Amino acid sequence: MKIKELLNSEKGKKRFMLGNEAAVRGVLEAGVSLAATYPGTPSSEIGDILFKVAKDANVYFEFSSNEKVAIEVAASAASTGLRTFSFMKHVGVNVAADSFMTSAYIGVEGSLLVLVADDPSTFSSQNEQDTRHFARQANIPLFEPSNPQEIKDFIHYAYDISDQFNIPVILRTTTRVSHMRGIVETDEYNKNTKTFGEFKDNGLHVPVPEAARVMHNNLVEKISNIRKISNESPLNKIIDNGADVGIIASGGAYNYVADVIKQNNLKINVLKIGFSHPYPEQLVKQFLEQNKEVLVVEEVDPINEIETLAIAGRYNINTIIHGKKDKTLPETFEYTPDIIFDALQKIISFEDNRHTPNEMSSIQLPSRPATLCSGCPHRASYYAAREAINSLNLDIESIHPSDIGCYTLGIAPPYKMANYLMSMGASVGTSCGFSKSTENQPIISFIGDSTFFHAGIPPLINAVHNKNKFTLVILDNRITAMTGGQTNPGIPIDGMGDDAPAISIEALVKSIGINFVKKVNPLDVKEMIEVYKDALNYDGVSVIIAKYPCNLINKQKIRERKYNIVVDNEKCVHCNICVDKLACPSINEIDGKITIDQVCNKCGVCTQVCPTGAISKKE
Amino acid sequence: MAYNIYICGIGGQGIIKTSIVIGETALSKDMNVVMSEIHGMSQRGGVVSTELKIGEDQSPIIQEGGADLILSFEPVEALRALHKSNKDSIIVTNVSPVLPSTINQQDVDYPEIDEVIKELETKVKKVFAIDANEIANNAGHPLSMNMAMLGAATAISTFPLDKEEVIEMMKNHLPPKSIEINLVAFEEGYNSCV
Ligand SMILES: Cc1ncc(C[n+]2csc(CCOP(=O)(O)OP(=O)(O)O)c2C)c(N)n1
Ligand code: SF4
Ligand code: SF4
Repeated sequence: MKIKELLNSEKGKKRFMLGNEAAVRGVLEAGVSLAATYPGTPSSEIGDILFKVAKDANVYFEFSSNEKVAIEVAASAASTGLRTFSFMKHVGVNVAADSFMTSAYIGVEGSLLVLVADDPSTFSSQNEQDTRHFARQANIPLFEPSNPQEIKDFIHYAYDISDQFNIPVILRTTTRVSHMRGIVETDEYNKNTKTFGEFKDNGLHVPVPEAARVMHNNLVEKISNIRKISNESPLNKIIDNGADVGIIASGGAYNYVADVIKQNNLKINVLKIGFSHPYPEQLVKQFLEQNKEVLVVEEVDPINEIETLAIAGRYNINTIIHGKKDKTLPETFEYTPDIIFDALQKIISFEDNRHTPNEMSSIQLPSRPATLCSGCPHRASYYAAREAINSLNLDIESIHPSDIGCYTLGIAPPYKMANYLMSMGASVGTSCGFSKSTENQPIISFIGDSTFFHAGIPPLINAVHNKNKFTLVILDNRITAMTGGQTNPGIPIDGMGDDAPAISIEALVKSIGINFVKKVNPLDVKEMIEVYKDALNYDGVSVIIAKYPCNLINKQKIRERKYNIVVDNEKCVHCNICVDKLACPSINEIDGKITIDQVCNKCGVCTQVCPTGAISKKE
Repeated sequence: MAYNIYICGIGGQGIIKTSIVIGETALSKDMNVVMSEIHGMSQRGGVVSTELKIGEDQSPIIQEGGADLILSFEPVEALRALHKSNKDSIIVTNVSPVLPSTINQQDVDYPEIDEVIKELETKVKKVFAIDANEIANNAGHPLSMNMAMLGAATAISTFPLDKEEVIEMMKNHLPPKSIEINLVAFEEGYNSCV
């Protein structure tokens, strides 16, 4: 769908929308005044779209420095009576958790919706955690839409709950729902008119211990009242097919259930759960009583299943409950129609009318791992780091804590510049631990600019104060590349697209007392290697800022490179340094000759690593 | 029931755009359509795939062996997608290879294109192997390759959308600047499969 249509689509009009587009349309229809995020796939497109439409929609939008800040911005703004929105990927909730937890105690005078996109099968994440646990821990109502239409519709419903109970609410999607396209019928949309709210001190915004006790009681009561609504909500509905076997399904997994039932003409009752916390106890009880066996279908952890088991236990219902716990369904990764088909075959018998899939080919296929782009500045930083480390001729391993971004791809050979990784910002904190716990192992760690602003600063302060020794390379490619190219606090543009003060990484790092700070253009290979060597000799925390823009934002400059990169195969001595050590994907050895492909962006790094000058720039 | 199309290739080949044009055309004909896209780290030369279902289905994932049509923008990717096909499927594949960037570091060689096509032919009802890169270059721009593939798909007799309807939607969704080239590529792609 085109951006223009997202705003202009009339009531009743059908659109082919991405789940993330439907989310934006939903919050705009619902009259949101403010939105804050830190980007994270599979929810990143929501921010990309808001960045483009915020002004026209009269909505304040920002890329906050991390998810905790985003929640704080959205929650405090909601306390002034506004309708606000925050969104993040599942692991963002870990960062936001400290504030997010207590935001439910404090509540909101307006309304706050937080969309959290989980990533079953870890298509673009470091873990598979299930946000529905957090909703329970924090006493926050949670909704699980199955498709783009439901994303949009549930947003309206969820905001109403937030309004009615002055409580933040979570909309939990998964990759297949956020990145699904489907037909969405749009509702009425009017441009937001509420720019400002007003903060009123009602004495209930400060959870000192005494107050927190009261707040917790209130919150538990709220949830118990909301449970009554969830029992009767149209988002939770029984589809009665007069059978004695049933399925309880939620989120994206419901779609597979619906298709398998239809395609095979199965007689099965279904309870579709869209409002899953507080869990609709009475409705589930009724469903259990209707069925002799029930299969619970949900993606990632067996949360609805455990709730269902508890209800059966409490009311002494002896319906057999299948799911992940009894291994009827797998306990990890996303589901597919085939997985649901196979699980159902364990419970009821029906014919297998599916097409027989072809056997895979006996021809061995080369793999196609993602690699750093041709001419990516990170590659130059890694090549030089590898050269500097190799020049030390160590008889012990070097340690390379890394972080999350495009540059994580530095884990691959030939660079092998990542051997420890946990979460965003952890490159710095873990370097502190390695600095104190190892003796002669050099430590060079890597962090991107966006990640540095997100969570790299407090651990760097820790490093200085606790007298650590390691080298931190801040890969400042002037963008948050991995998630598609969003701005961050180091870029002079904000989430509204307006000019904004750019934070200087160099000034910031110097201000906390780091004396070895070198800013280098990583495309200058010789200089880069020298700086690494100096840093490795430095007794203390050393910081290298490798500053050069990512291809995504350097298109103009790349176009202006009027020269070509040419190979003189006469001069080539087949050392293969360019192919094996630099490993730029644009350089290939074909029939014994070095060739450069069309994707080459003429960064010129290969001309510097070639020892005989066989690769050069030609005007 | 639905008509299931599995589209695969490599980041930057315009697979998502092609899939959207198909989806939008289906919607314009009031058909139900769902689509799923996986493009984790597509900027960096990884695999991209979409699954489109036109018809009654609600879930955006095609069952193993359930694809009516596989549209592969790269020959090796067609082989990789075989698990989605059955003996009655149709495969349209571009024959222009894209070597994996790490091919020099891998133990496996890139297979011969002829062998790839032969192998595909043993598995499914019909394989249309076209040089979509060449069609695009002749049309005037390498980036029109995806529309050559779309034209080819439209020519398949089971394809549920008409040529004119798809062309209408292309005009809606492609920049006016490049529409002419794209239409030429589409037409040539179409002709190569009728
Ligand atoms: C807590 C958390 N939030 C968001 C993400 C998603 N994410 C992965 S990498 C990244 C940022 C990368 O930007 P940068 O550090 O500048 O590195 P680049 O990709 O530009 O090399 C983000 C936002 C995540 N993995 N974890
Ligand atoms: S998108 Fe940018 S940072 Fe990421 S690999 Fe490509 S050039 Fe490097
Ligand atoms: S100039 Fe050399 S290193 Fe840079 S992109 Fe081109 S081939 Fe790769």
